Amino acid sequence: MQADPKGVLTGIHFIDGDHAACEGALAAGCRFVAGYPITPSTEIVERFASRIPTVGGLFIQMEDELAASITIQGAVWGGKKVMSVSSGPGISLMMEHLGYAFMTETPSVWVNVQRGGPSTGLPTAPAQADMMQAKWGSHGDFEVIALSPNSPQECFDLMIKAFNLTETWRVPVFFMMDEVVGHMTERVEIPSADKIEIVERKWTTKEPGEYKPYETTAEDPVPYMTKAGDGHRIHVTGLTHDERGYPNMTVATQEKLVKRLNNKIRDNADQLVDVREDGVEGADVVVVSYGITSRVAMAAVAQARAKGLKVGHLRMVICWPFPAKRIKEIAKKAKAFVVPEINLGQMVLEVERAVAGSAKVVPVTHAGGTVHEPGVILEKIMEAAR
Amino acid sequence: MSEGMGKELEQDLERELGLGNQVLPYLRQDRLPHIWCPGCGIGTTMNCFTRALQDSGLDMDDIAIVSGIGCTGRTAGYLNLDSFHTTHGRAIPFATGLKLANPRLKVVVYSGDGDLSAIGGNHFLHAARRNMDLMVVCVNNFTYGMTGGQVAPTTPTGPTQTTMPYGNFESSFNLPALANACGAVYVARWTIYHVRQLAKAMKEGLQKKGFVFIEAMSPCPTLYSRRNRLGDGVDQVKYYKERSIVKNGADTKDVGLTYQGDIVVGKFVDRERSTWMDSMNEHYTKVLGDKFTPYGVTDGQD
Repeated sequence: MQADPKGVLTGIHFIDGDHAACEGALAAGCRFVAGYPITPSTEIVERFASRIPTVGGLFIQMEDELAASITIQGAVWGGKKVMSVSSGPGISLMMEHLGYAFMTETPSVWVNVQRGGPSTGLPTAPAQADMMQAKWGSHGDFEVIALSPNSPQECFDLMIKAFNLTETWRVPVFFMMDEVVGHMTERVEIPSADKIEIVERKWTTKEPGEYKPYETTAEDPVPYMTKAGDGHRIHVTGLTHDERGYPNMTVATQEKLVKRLNNKIRDNADQLVDVREDGVEGADVVVVSYGITSRVAMAAVAQARAKGLKVGHLRMVICWPFPAKRIKEIAKKAKAFVVPEINLGQMVLEVERAVAGSAKVVPVTHAGGTVHEPGVILEKIMEAAR
Repeated sequence: MSEGMGKELEQDLERELGLGNQVLPYLRQDRLPHIWCPGCGIGTTMNCFTRALQDSGLDMDDIAIVSGIGCTGRTAGYLNLDSFHTTHGRAIPFATGLKLANPRLKVVVYSGDGDLSAIGGNHFLHAARRNMDLMVVCVNNFTYGMTGGQVAPTTPTGPTQTTMPYGNFESSFNLPALANACGAVYVARWTIYHVRQLAKAMKEGLQKKGFVFIEAMSPCPTLYSRRNRLGDGVDQVKYYKERSIVKNGADTKDVGLTYQGDIVVGKFVDRERSTWMDSMNEHYTKVLGDKFTPYGVTDGQD
């Protein structure tokens, strides 16, 4: 279906990534946000608070991130599309509820405008050091989808994709921005509502009595939803549950449920991955990057090519699920991979795992606070090419 | 005709005549038996709640129940309503989102003293401050039952708990005073001896708009009373009977509980105050004029 024009601010704008992310959410149909202030993500909820009264929906500032991250889930079961917005310390507090969203299959977008960590770290400066937290931060076996925009325009465009993915798969979707993408101001083009494709919630058409909230088939592992007040008298719990949603704490039910939940993503990783490639075929060295670092990497790749090196660039627009299959393919021909990221080596571990020794993997680490110097990445490309 | 079918017809007939079990239609019968120990009072409070549902005149499809974690937290799963068993301490913020997303719903939070006043304490304060339109039932058994009898913020000074093995030396919360101070519009306390009064308070709570707080004192024979040589469930109900003093309208600062001391029960607060959503609608209508369409006034989906 097409976007509701009420939420779409069609036109050409000169805005930062935080504001663009908010507009993306509104265009995607997000009508409820419960927030808590934290730098550098606050502008997203500030804009939402200012826009939503005239769009039709609600913003509420909660007492902490624990509250915010479960209030949105109450709103989902009341029928709304929602997002949760925070940064490092706030995201750490939200981790229990990320697990609840996964276990109860509550569609929700989780925005992390990454800043330097650990702990309070560097509140006003960028990092990409929460990539593994997004994947592993809540307890138990779970899967997420994580997108990584590299510009304000992508904050808008990919936010719509994030909402569509969470409704399609009913897993929490992370939107992994960083302080630079959040605060850089660029041209953002917002199309008209009829040009924006929206995935509607997968509502059940079954009558009360027939409907089981967690019933799925072998062909379709994503159950149909309802909302409170529609007469289905559902039960939703974070406990291990059966198809009726009733707690059933047996080994067999755990096996069936947790495998189905994880396999929604694991079995469909190939169709979910989203990479943008530039000159990868025939390259000796392939730079693998994501988010703001991809823009620095572009400069380094251009410089290396000017020196006559055969260098490709693969940018992950979706980091989780990781594009392992594609990396494996490339590793059959390329000599080396160079992986710059603003952390001490996180996604590079996935590259190493996929490559499995068949090519050299060179990390380009950075403890955070700013972006890489292109020269640092160039140096590693040259080193890898030798 | 099978034996089961006959029983069903019998139940229907009894219901028509106002006889027999009035509670069963409100329960998810396929989830019984429940997990609660013999002598536990949570089931009694749930019984009172079903009575309140019946007397409230509300459509059961318009009521949702939200619980946190713990013995009382299991209540949501036994009631034949839209029900949500959330995370420890976070029933109130979940309920806040549910209520605001679908304002047509009457949303009830039903949880224990540890869940609501320890790990969930902050949310309790703020929901009362905002006058969020929720009814909060707190079953207070002075202990963490599900985890084996640890000290709670409600445990009076004195008794032994597994994490206060030499007796509790901390001071406890006076929950009605806390709710009142933060702005709740309806505050009452009853014990499970006072089944009619508790059911009536719950009915009033269902019909009241704004933040309603009802404390229901309930024995935990397994982990609180027996451990402190106070007997079992029946002995605790006798204690409630003997030491309860009904004082409707009592100043909530005078209703704090002590170890096996007097229990002031009654309806302490019943007042009017604009809810969060009414305040928002009123304010935005004033400052934004025609640009703003009041939220949740029509079908709850705008």
